[in-house]
Amino acid sequence: MDDAARAGASPLASIDAVERGLSRAGYIANRQISTAVYLSHHLQKPILVEGPAGVGKTELAKSVAAWLKLPLIRMQCYEGLDESKALYEWKYGKQLLYTQILKDKINSVIGVADTLAAALDKLHAFGDVFFSDQFLEPRPLLRSLQEPDGAVLLIDEIDKSDQEFEAFLLEILSDYQVTIPEIGTVSAMVTPIVLLTSNSTRDLGDALKRRCLHLHIGFPDEKLEARIIASRVPGIDARLLRQLVSFVQQLRALDLKKVPSVSETIDWAKVMLLLHTSVLDVDLVRDTLNVLLKFEADIEAAGKELAAITDKARQVV
Amino acid sequence: MAGVSASEPLRRFLQVARGAGLLVSAAEGIDAARAVDLVGFEDRTVLKDTLGLVLAKTPDEKARYDEAFELYFRRGEFDAKHDDPAAERSDASGPAVSDGMGGQSLGSLLADDDRAALATAMEQAARASGIENIRFFTQKNLYARRIMERMGLRALERDIEALRQSATPDGLGRARFLSGKVESLRDSVRDFVERNLLLFARGDSEKFREDLLKSTRLSNIDRRDLDRMRVLVRQMAKKLAARYAHRKRRRLRGQLDTRRTLRRNMGWGGIPFITVWKQRRIEKPRVMVLCDVSGSVAAMSQFLLMFLYALNEALADIRSFAFAGSLIEVSEILEKQPIEPAIADIMSTIGFGSSNYGNSFADFEDGWMRHVTKKTTVIILGDGRGNRADPRTDVFGRLSLRSKRIIWLNPEYRSAWGTGDSDMYRYAPFCRLVTVCNTLRHLERAIEDMLEDAV
Repeated sequence: MDDAARAGASPLASIDAVERGLSRAGYIANRQISTAVYLSHHLQKPILVEGPAGVGKTELAKSVAAWLKLPLIRMQCYEGLDESKALYEWKYGKQLLYTQILKDKINSVIGVADTLAAALDKLHAFGDVFFSDQFLEPRPLLRSLQEPDGAVLLIDEIDKSDQEFEAFLLEILSDYQVTIPEIGTVSAMVTPIVLLTSNSTRDLGDALKRRCLHLHIGFPDEKLEARIIASRVPGIDARLLRQLVSFVQQLRALDLKKVPSVSETIDWAKVMLLLHTSVLDVDLVRDTLNVLLKFEADIEAAGKELAAITDKARQVV
Repeated sequence: MAGVSASEPLRRFLQVARGAGLLVSAAEGIDAARAVDLVGFEDRTVLKDTLGLVLAKTPDEKARYDEAFELYFRRGEFDAKHDDPAAERSDASGPAVSDGMGGQSLGSLLADDDRAALATAMEQAARASGIENIRFFTQKNLYARRIMERMGLRALERDIEALRQSATPDGLGRARFLSGKVESLRDSVRDFVERNLLLFARGDSEKFREDLLKSTRLSNIDRRDLDRMRVLVRQMAKKLAARYAHRKRRRLRGQLDTRRTLRRNMGWGGIPFITVWKQRRIEKPRVMVLCDVSGSVAAMSQFLLMFLYALNEALADIRSFAFAGSLIEVSEILEKQPIEPAIADIMSTIGFGSSNYGNSFADFEDGWMRHVTKKTTVIILGDGRGNRADPRTDVFGRLSLRSKRIIWLNPEYRSAWGTGDSDMYRYAPFCRLVTVCNTLRHLERAIEDMLEDAV
């Protein structure tokens, strides 16, 4: 139906189109990532994105939204997150305030009724007003279903939430609908594109995994990383770019507590640009290493190898 | 997208994926079929990515999936390769034999040395005999035999027998030639079955092995299974930790905490603008583990320490002790060192002596009794054999009074308790729970119960 209509002129017509579209939005995707986005749209399944921190999991959702010009609805998960924060809540304060204001008017509503039954009847007609859309506060999940043009729903760091919440997500992830007892079942106007990210601090349930496409994003190889940096830090000198990517790639091979991720490479490239550097040298690297490495022990460990790595990176032309 | 059906090659691949240890449910099978409908079979890399996204759910599964995919889709190329040895051998064994006779299909195929046709026949026979159901390496010969028979081995054997009976020089030579061919065919069939076993059953036999290990007595486990065991122990500890270390409090939805609600809303004259719900605090277990590392339980203690190590990583509030003749705290060793040296270190410091429970408990009282509170769970791993030394039940009684509870996990069967120098029944009255624990599964259950109770 509307799916077919969209597919006709859709930017999601083929895997190549996805790859091009994402790169226009500034996200350099490898084949696997674009395949995942393509499949997710056509199979109407959420994508579960896993991988180390800083490889662009959240960025992927942002770019998809930017490229398709859909609103990005983001839900950050944390311990103790429950459905009143994620799905909907009654505007309790507003309800209460209204009843307080209307307290004095109550006589005019039920004034003419003689019997208790008649008064209750009148109140019934009145009471439903307080559980209608006006008093419903939609939270991210409900909002993503109500967007008329569809949306990109990002459920960030799902592994931080409780197991109960994960189970609660299953209905929305497989059927794109939620049930609100007072109102009924709300289904999506247009199926949103759903991305879940996880840093695997805990194992997710099988039921959740079964409903998702599972995309693992690792660190990119040298070529891809160079393209990513070039697109994110436009003004950078091509030779310096290759050198610093080579440097970071070598750094990742060391035994570190937290290896530098892509976002840190981008930051470092920006620093280099700011300092008007054209060639890597050891002193400069030593001074700016804290952009890449976030632990004192790591900086110490890398310090010994620094000269060798820089030398090797400078050989790259 | 109406007529979604798993095409034959996909269906077989799903079987292969299951064999490789991936959990592919029927729903995932349908998803895979829909995805393949969408992308088609033409582009191998796209197909691989697509199925990988649908089927493999963890990095570990991704690796297995990649392997299975490569194995399965390379299978087409096996055929040409795998007749080569047979060809060489036939060249060597039967150089000068006339043709003719033919008649029987397998016989003529062999005589003509038609490798492509032979390979096809083998594939067909294999499929007909249900090779994808092969699970254990012991079934290899069975399947090889079935395939050979489907290819027409019986008839060929009768022919060869007839040729032998004819006793003409020509007939005898041909019989010898053909039986040589059959032998080499048998080799390639066995080879073929072996490859299929690898393809279809690796995950299963792995799982079978793990299941077996989990329910084998720890003292009987081979050295060579140690690595596998370590992985299992770690998985288990991680699972337990993920389930229990995470939550601190749980909101009881829909139960108003009236007292605190009124208090919060005093400013509005008691009109409840802000509601406060009841909560339940979940206590983290405070655990002290005393592990016997003496000679009598030496085979066990390796694993007990391994588990202790894993638990130490998983739970925040745990203190560990090891004892034989006397008792020392080992929390720090377990925390600072990797598992192997940590265990070696502990064993060399205190292990292998003869155990003295009374003395060890007295040591514990002197050094650490004051850290035991009403919230502490004490776990003792040991056989309760104190070599006829004074069991010091008085100390043990005091420990029991001070702590929340004592749980004793004993690797010996119940029938052996109280025999010889075992003081198990003297300690038992002071323990909340005394249970047999000599397999990984027992251990898991015991710890699970303990953590469950901590709520």
